[in-house]
Amino acid sequence: MTIHHEHFRQPLQRSPFHDRLVALSKTEEWAGWNSYKVPRVVDKLSSEYFAVRSGCAVMDLTPMEKYRITGTDARAYLDRLVTRDISALKPGRVTYVVWCNDDGKVIDDGTLFQLGEDDYRVCAQHHQLDWFLMSATGFDVQIRTETHDVAALAVQGPTSCSVLTAAGIDGLDNLRPFGIANLKCGDVAVTVSRTGYTGDLGYEVWVEPTDALQVWDAIFAVQGRYDIVAMGLDALEMVRIEAGFIMPGFDFNTAESTVRDGYDRSPYEVGLGWVVNLDKGHFTGRKALIAENARPTRRCLTKIVVDGNKPVGEAFIYNRKNGKQIGEIKCTIWSPILKANLALADIDYINGKLPSKLWARFDYQRELKWRSAWAECHAQSKPFYVPEHRSTTPPARF
Amino acid sequence: MTDRTDAIVIGAGHNGLVCASYLARSGMNVVCLESGDEAGGMAAPRSIGGNYHFPGLAHASHPVSAAIRRDLKLDQFGYVPGKAIDTIALDANGQHLTISENSVVGEGLSEKDENAYPKFREQYRVFAKALRPLFDNKPPRLKNMGFADTMTLVKLGWNVRLGLGRETMNEFLRVAAMNIYDVLNDELDDDRLKGAIAADAVLGNAMGPRTPGTVLTWLQRLQGELNGSMSLQSGGRSQLVYALTQSAEDAGVSIRFNTHVKKILVENGKAFGVKLSNGEMVKAKIIISNADPRSTFSDLVGAPQLDTMFAHRVTQIRGSGVVAKLHLALSGIPEFTGLTESQLGNRLLIAPTMKYVERAFNHSKYKECSENPVLEITLPSLHNSALAPDGHHVMSVSVSFVPYDLEGGWEEQKSTFAYKVISQLGQYSPDLKSLVVDHEFLTPRDIEEQFHAVQGHWHHGDLSIHQSFMMRPLHGAAQYDTPVDGLFLCGAGSHPGGGLTGLPGQNAAKRVLKLRGAK
Repeated sequence: MTIHHEHFRQPLQRSPFHDRLVALSKTEEWAGWNSYKVPRVVDKLSSEYFAVRSGCAVMDLTPMEKYRITGTDARAYLDRLVTRDISALKPGRVTYVVWCNDDGKVIDDGTLFQLGEDDYRVCAQHHQLDWFLMSATGFDVQIRTETHDVAALAVQGPTSCSVLTAAGIDGLDNLRPFGIANLKCGDVAVTVSRTGYTGDLGYEVWVEPTDALQVWDAIFAVQGRYDIVAMGLDALEMVRIEAGFIMPGFDFNTAESTVRDGYDRSPYEVGLGWVVNLDKGHFTGRKALIAENARPTRRCLTKIVVDGNKPVGEAFIYNRKNGKQIGEIKCTIWSPILKANLALADIDYINGKLPSKLWARFDYQRELKWRSAWAECHAQSKPFYVPEHRSTTPPARF
Repeated sequence: MTDRTDAIVIGAGHNGLVCASYLARSGMNVVCLESGDEAGGMAAPRSIGGNYHFPGLAHASHPVSAAIRRDLKLDQFGYVPGKAIDTIALDANGQHLTISENSVVGEGLSEKDENAYPKFREQYRVFAKALRPLFDNKPPRLKNMGFADTMTLVKLGWNVRLGLGRETMNEFLRVAAMNIYDVLNDELDDDRLKGAIAADAVLGNAMGPRTPGTVLTWLQRLQGELNGSMSLQSGGRSQLVYALTQSAEDAGVSIRFNTHVKKILVENGKAFGVKLSNGEMVKAKIIISNADPRSTFSDLVGAPQLDTMFAHRVTQIRGSGVVAKLHLALSGIPEFTGLTESQLGNRLLIAPTMKYVERAFNHSKYKECSENPVLEITLPSLHNSALAPDGHHVMSVSVSFVPYDLEGGWEEQKSTFAYKVISQLGQYSPDLKSLVVDHEFLTPRDIEEQFHAVQGHWHHGDLSIHQSFMMRPLHGAAQYDTPVDGLFLCGAGSHPGGGLTGLPGQNAAKRVLKLRGAK
């Protein structure tokens, strides 16, 4: 990687798709994501949201941290890194993984792509190079950052398969969820995975930065036939909560950035016990997680539906009205499609169990006047929104 | 089953033997696996040319603690601490100083220093005594402290505050983390005296007198003095390792020689045995490694069986050996200018000033050999004539500071450097060169190869402040048990560190028994 000494003149980098996003941006609401300049909202939040749920939304994923892991020990290395049993992973498949520090606290989550024999890509929320390199002691692996070397687009929504096909990418029909295919978009080589962070039917398209705009333009060339909308971070936040996806560093503090004792979280405490396999052999954090698993659950990041239609915002959770404070809401949205207040809340368990009653006390404004309110909350074990078309193969054609 | 093995001790160095004996005396069935053909490790005697015998790498030491002597019945097996010896700080002009625990004499020494030295020495012995509870017990965990941990700290606090008294405690706290260079300049004037003490304070560590924390290494060395005076390992039957070996065998320890452990077998985070270089597997629920913590974790266990951060910390253990060993076979007693023959039986030091020691250390930092190394010289055959043929003698020299990773490699430069050391000795003993019949020179690289000490470090890791007590050898393995269930450490890499003390071995055995009883 070259070091750009002029980097200070441009604090936020531009992704290969940046010019197209600038042209589309009506709000000029930009945010920084992993040192890239990305839109919060391109045009209108509601149209971006509904594009994911009923049309096709396109989002620039280039800033996502991407790592390439290769070498004869790559598989063993990853197996020791992540908590999940990945023995069933095959070339051309993706799996969701989480990794912990020695204390069994979550450092980050991400998707693990097996691109070939001894060839893997890990996509993560936060920068991981230091942890990945530190974990490489004793393994014959090569690890490099490829965040800036691979451009990526998320193409998500019920019509996404039809849109990509119309844009000239053939061969998506039989791609199952968590599958990877090496395809062509015109004369450009693209890798497409049926993955996403929206809980809807959707794909992620991976391409050389120099070819990135050709793919973007091919997609937007069929905009007349389909409702195709460029999407920003705010709409993503809505759909990911509906889908029940967590965001390390926002919904809970990540382990290696936590200073105070007890402020980090184990996979069990963020609802990721299902990706922990204590019997698969050694992995980092295993001993600590075995000990934790033997103890009653202390707390868990829980999906809740809050009664009523007032925006809940940041709020404490109580075991009854005016009762004991037992938790707090970490993220919340009003779900237009479910017509409900959805939230993820960090809730203390009582005697190893989720308290049977949950109440939120929150403040809201009515015409700029603050009011307090109580609302009962209902815990959910399943994601809030799981459309059938998300996992249908082949997807319906539009 | 009578042939069930309860515990495997890897390495029959003196700590391995102490640990194995304690466990066997508690009724456990213990096997000790030693890669060499004799016990003792760095404390085992060596020979060159068949007729010249040396006490081994550790040629001068303090007696082991009374508890170990008693518990392992060492006196019954012939252990006799050698005759107390003094240290003679050699001076190029023949104005040598004779330094004992309570006095210093010599030409040109001021009356002030003559009076100040015993007081200084006594004060530091008092400090060393205050630290004693830390050495005799497993280091306390600071988080999730158990009762024993609390007691160790209570005893330490008691010793420091009430044992020392307010004024002495203040002085102790002032100097505890200082460097020995500044402390000695405060207390004493004579360069020769300060040079000799400073050399002792840093011996075996990659540190110079000006390195912070060298007061602590000096206090660690003084721990030995609390057990008795320094003496020479005489290489005879009374040498510590003979008694330890016999005691271990008497306790029922089965020592297997020429048995090289290649892997510690771990499944689901639990050690269940070892694999030998010949492919044989030996199984036991408890494995205690007397090997260097770095080779124990990185090579024998392997990073894949450890957590990321722990495995990383293992690679960061600081411990590059800086002491080489020169063994000389001599056709007669060498003459040292200004010394009588009877004085030659003492420990001779070439460390004429603190700056000399610091400069010698500097070279090793930059992967160079000093032209003027620090030398610790003994003539063991003066204490035991059986070590050499009639009229002949052996000389054992520890050479500090010699880098492990010499620029350009050791291959080409080893004999040149050995010759330089002999020439340097010649400045004090002009006839020495003509008496040399044979010699052996062990660089830190040779020590690594022959004694499996990573980077040839005597103490299996510097005794620096960040690698001491509850951080020795590293956080996560400082109470002798390790992140791998059933795997323990008992060597010099563990608290309280190197030297012929047997304390790591004893403390480790106590820990094994404690945890075993807790099950």
